[in-house]
Amino acid sequence: MRRLAGMAMAGLAVAVALLGAPPVVMAADTPNPPADLKAFQKFFKDKFPKVKFEDFVNGPYSMDEGLYKQWKEKEEFPPYEFALDLGKELMAKPFKNGKTLADCFPNKGVGVRQDYPYFDTKQGKVITLELAVNQCLEANGEQPYSYVKDEMAGVTAYMAYTSRGKVFDVKIPDDPRALAAYENGKRYFYTRRGQLNFSCATCHVQSPGERIRAEVLAPALGILNAMPIYRSEWSGMGTTSRRFTSCNSQVRGVPLKPQDEEYRDLEYYLSYVSNGLPISGPGARP
Amino acid sequence: MRMNFLAGQSRVRTTALLVLLGLAGAPAIAQAQSANVAPNVAEGQKLAFDRSKGNCLTCHDIKGGDLAGTIGPPLVDIKSKYPDRKELVAIVSDETKRNPTTVMPPFGRNHILTEQEISVVVDFLQTL
Ligand code: HEC
Ligand code: HEC
Repeated sequence: MRRLAGMAMAGLAVAVALLGAPPVVMAADTPNPPADLKAFQKFFKDKFPKVKFEDFVNGPYSMDEGLYKQWKEKEEFPPYEFALDLGKELMAKPFKNGKTLADCFPNKGVGVRQDYPYFDTKQGKVITLELAVNQCLEANGEQPYSYVKDEMAGVTAYMAYTSRGKVFDVKIPDDPRALAAYENGKRYFYTRRGQLNFSCATCHVQSPGERIRAEVLAPALGILNAMPIYRSEWSGMGTTSRRFTSCNSQVRGVPLKPQDEEYRDLEYYLSYVSNGLPISGPGARP
Repeated sequence: MRMNFLAGQSRVRTTALLVLLGLAGAPAIAQAQSANVAPNVAEGQKLAFDRSKGNCLTCHDIKGGDLAGTIGPPLVDIKSKYPDRKELVAIVSDETKRNPTTVMPPFGRNHILTEQEISVVVDFLQTL
């Protein structure tokens, strides 16, 4: 295990050297998230000098002018509207004990998406928005939602929608466990796996804007700001959990369970390095 | 008009995604054009295009295939670029040896294709 991780790190140091502009400062012996963030954002700005910074949140649409036009047309009749209605209703619907989902969140869950995920020093782990929703349901004696779509997509869509334009503000508290979670997420992101030997970075750092078959790859910068998303190919909505597991499956790898610790740490890392970019969710994808 | 366009578009994408990287294990859509080529070459093309085998079109534009990606360079003038077939075998088997950061999967090392299959794919590459 340790040896594998070591090899991945060595591989990354090489990658960084060859790519020129390092998206992460891996060689550094002491973890330094603010330096990571700067280098990561600079990598994408340099690679795509014509893309406006706030536009990185629009995934594949930021990479391709033709697609961008299609997307603007689509936004006139957003396919995620039904999810917003469902989310709004679920937030306010009383549990058996009379409380509501909204009661579990600061400001009743309105305009708070940008503060997730956060590191909870009491629980000693990363709490994503999806996990927070299910923890609320369970604490109130309700059945948790499926992590991948339907109710979960509706509730997170509503929370994203009411937070549009607010910038990601993910913090790493002064707690060694928080830093370890961040480092773990970063390692997951850059480690190659599966029969095809791909890491998340292979597609979303090395190849954004390229077509993989007919799909244009989204850049890793701002990649979570539009979550959850409607995809025609899913004929419906999907959450961050759904996207992570389907990207893992695509590389003939075995996906983790939704909200597994590694996925939460991954989300923590990816959200942190997108700090400063506005929430744009829910999104609609081809 | 616009509806039709979008519907068509999404159908193409759905197909593309289901079989993206050969997950669906669907048979190759493109038929090897076997009219006047050696059997190995036709077989090599089939393996290269098959989404559960080489699936090279995911990243490379290759004569005779469609819905190609752009991650790798178009495979053209291969015979003149790599006159020695050993080089091609090496690239397909494990391109990370030449370029540690390549995104091209190591088809041999990771047992995606057998040695025999790689040899046949190389026969096809030499016609490009
Ligand atoms: C083999 C290529 C590949 C790999 C490896 C890969 N993805 Fe993806 N990813 C895609 C494709 C294709 C899409 C759909 C088009 C797009 O939006 O980029 C996508 C979309 C996404 C999206 C949604 C972006 C948007 O705006 O719609 C997220 C988030 C994402 N991937 C995260 C990840 C993470 C995290 C990993 C690693 C666990 C990963 N991906 C690995 C190919 C890949
Ligand atoms: C996920 C992407 C990907 C897939 C799938 C892929 N390749 Fe590649 N390939 C590349 C990239 C990128 C390069 C450029 C060289 C490098 O990165 O080292 C390349 C280079 C090559 C070259 C050298 C081309 C030149 O002009 O120098 C050959 C030949 C080749 N690939 C053949 C294949 C074959 C055959 C398959 C399928 C069995 C395949 N590739 C599948 C990404 C891919």
